[in-house]
Amino acid sequence: MADRLRAYRAVLASRARSQASYRTSFRLDLVGAVLVGVIELAEIWVLYSATDEIGGLTLAQVLLVFGVADLAFSLADLVAGHCDKLPVYVRAGTLDVFFLRPQPILAQLVTSDLSLRRIGRCLVGATALAVGLALNDVAWGLGAVGLLMLAVLSGFVIFTAQFVTAAGLQFFLVNGAEMTNAFVYGGRYAATQPATVWPRALLVVFGTIFPVAFAAYLPVSTLLGTRGVAGLPAWLGWCAPVAALWAVVVAAACWRWGLRHYRGAGG
Amino acid sequence: MPPNPLRNPYWRFLVAGFRGQSAYPLATFAGLVANATFGLLKGGIMGAAVDSSGGELAGYSAATMAAFVWLGQGMLGSVNFWGGSALQDRIRTGDVAVDFLRPVSVQAAHVLTDVGKGLFALLPRGLPSVVIGVLVSHMALPGDPATLALGLVSLLLGIAVSHATVYLVSVAGLWLVETRGVAVLYMAVSGFFAGLYTPVYLYPDWLLAITLATPFPAMMQLPVDVLSGRVTGWAAGQHLTVQLGWLVAVLVAGHLATRAGRRRLEVQGG
Amino acid sequence: MSDVSGNVIETEGLTRVFTGRPERGSRLRRTRHVAVDHLDLTVVAGESVGYIGANGAGKSTTIKMLVGILVPTSGSVRTVGLHPLKERRALARRVGVVFGQRSQLWWDLPVRESFSILAAIHGLSAADERARTAELVEMLEMGAYLGTPVRQLSLGQRMRAEVAAALLHRPELLVLDEPTIGLDVLSKQRLREFLVAQRREHGTTLLLTTHDMGDVERLCERVLVVDHGRLAFDGMLAGLARTVGARRELVLDLATPGPDLTDVPGTEHVRSESDGLRQRLAFDPQRTTAARVLAAVAERAEVVDLSIVEPDIEDVVREIYRATR
Repeated sequence: MADRLRAYRAVLASRARSQASYRTSFRLDLVGAVLVGVIELAEIWVLYSATDEIGGLTLAQVLLVFGVADLAFSLADLVAGHCDKLPVYVRAGTLDVFFLRPQPILAQLVTSDLSLRRIGRCLVGATALAVGLALNDVAWGLGAVGLLMLAVLSGFVIFTAQFVTAAGLQFFLVNGAEMTNAFVYGGRYAATQPATVWPRALLVVFGTIFPVAFAAYLPVSTLLGTRGVAGLPAWLGWCAPVAALWAVVVAAACWRWGLRHYRGAGG
Repeated sequence: MPPNPLRNPYWRFLVAGFRGQSAYPLATFAGLVANATFGLLKGGIMGAAVDSSGGELAGYSAATMAAFVWLGQGMLGSVNFWGGSALQDRIRTGDVAVDFLRPVSVQAAHVLTDVGKGLFALLPRGLPSVVIGVLVSHMALPGDPATLALGLVSLLLGIAVSHATVYLVSVAGLWLVETRGVAVLYMAVSGFFAGLYTPVYLYPDWLLAITLATPFPAMMQLPVDVLSGRVTGWAAGQHLTVQLGWLVAVLVAGHLATRAGRRRLEVQGG
Repeated sequence: MSDVSGNVIETEGLTRVFTGRPERGSRLRRTRHVAVDHLDLTVVAGESVGYIGANGAGKSTTIKMLVGILVPTSGSVRTVGLHPLKERRALARRVGVVFGQRSQLWWDLPVRESFSILAAIHGLSAADERARTAELVEMLEMGAYLGTPVRQLSLGQRMRAEVAAALLHRPELLVLDEPTIGLDVLSKQRLREFLVAQRREHGTTLLLTTHDMGDVERLCERVLVVDHGRLAFDGMLAGLARTVGARRELVLDLATPGPDLTDVPGTEHVRSESDGLRQRLAFDPQRTTAARVLAAVAERAEVVDLSIVEPDIEDVVREIYRATR
């Protein structure tokens, strides 16, 4: 175990060093990531300023949803964002090299890169979260803090699982890898919104199959006591870890299935 | 004997761009799936926004808002909001020197090829997006042939403005060492100013004034306005004039930048 | 020894079939391609085996099955006594692989750092890492470029680093897939010398695929020739030479035109060009040497220039294919 951690640390530390050595390009990416985040916030501000509330949320409330979702996604992107570039790994032969080393393939894929420039996005998410918390009337207590931490953690796990799910499916979709953007980046976009505005079909997709509704909207609804999706109980936000577990199960299944296909067994 | 238009190199660039895209059917379908998912989400939030303001938001009804969403999604494959281009790669690798040796305009060659690609994308991505939009919403459609014709001209102008502007960004690489920054900035702001996420008319006055002073609305917001019949007649004509104005402006700027860059290339030997 | 039988590689009826989609537009059924066809293979510890065949004969597919990247369609395979699929990770600790076309190393990091990461991956202790790296760096003469990022290395330098990377954890079996492809003569020579020394000192078993007859002659005792997924030849290198006559050709440019050199011992006159100004003599390197031939020629005529043409491996393979069909 200690050995394995040492290997990961060695890879990650060297990735960090090599990124820092391209100073200009690194800073530009960092600034770019922050800028993209700020502009996304601006969209929300424009839209919610034009109306009083959308889908049962005010601007202040949706800021909190955006903050939780964006922070969780950015952290997942930092750790596993390169996984949905699987065809690049396959074409370069890097994946074959992973087979020649005594670590699990997925662990090697995840630890093969760490895009520090994505830290910029985490900052945007964290800021939105902090502002959202300040603007909303949160009944602070152990429960509220616990729920919030649970939400960010579960969101992180859910989004990381989506990246791995994407990687697993991309074994089959080498030339159509963009399809996984529908639930990876589409899922991120969905998670920053009130689930009440989604069409029925998407409610099923992003509420159950790729459960991003549990990443931010449902826990925040429970936290703020807003009326959520009609017919669903108020405590549903506490089920975020269950959704995260489910996402992990789906991701593991997709990854194994994809890897089997790559090795030529079945499929 | 009149010259055969099919032998005209610029026509060939346009066709080459158009044809080059048809080789990746799975990639195109994948793009459509992702595109449609985003459209459904965007349609949901924008529709809810119109609902909550009593059925009318900044001049948009539920029907015209749905048209805004789905026409915009349909145009995504045809315009360039990410700021990268084949020319950028050729400048970085030095291959651009070959382009300058040819007896044709480098600017026309690249812009036309990209416009060709953009036009092709209307078939597998643009049309299906509109079809999906019609199926899932009551989106407004152009009511008469004249509106449709004006809309298509506006669409073509929008695609042209987009690629001519990206060309300007790319050609800056001839004398800037690091064009990454320009591309990153372009990627961040172009969609916002073009009306990719929300109609620019929702912006507060000061922000709207800034937005309308850039070429970006001419790439998407204006063609979507004309195509959806949100503006008609005289107002539509005005939209087209603005687009034409921007097209001329960015083409002239691109031409001057190319000349300056070429001189620099000749002086420094690449 | 790897297992009870001492076999490092053991396959029985190893078969791999690829089913491909038909070309776009055609209405044909799925295509079936048998890449490896009932291959029975045994490699004993300490052996050095050349695995050759035409392009698409099934070499890479076999290797991928040996190391657990690809699942066999049927048949069994054991590598160092392990099941490559079920025991991939245990296998990875005991086997080193160099793919000539794909890199083990980190493109944008200095060579030294790649070695250090690999040492961590294979769980080498700090002291062991230092000792082993120092040994490999010295033997492969990599000291001058240890601090250089991999992407800036020449092909020869990179290949030596790749081989070192595959040997860092002292594998029992080293698999080399086209290790000398694209290398210049000097780099090839250096790499071969190192591999010979490595075998002598550590008894590493060697399996290599190559298009270079020089690799086979200098590195391998035993040769396997594969044709359409089947073994067409399995035997000692000397046997291969006997079968196909793995002769070399000495091309001599003489000072003045002269009669055909038909009487040089140990050689056979192939042909003369430009009235005997250039002559080609074939000889068997197992029986005489280029130096001895040259000395004999020098007694008969003045040699201005010379070159040695090695037999093309494709020719050798073609000979084998012809002999076995």
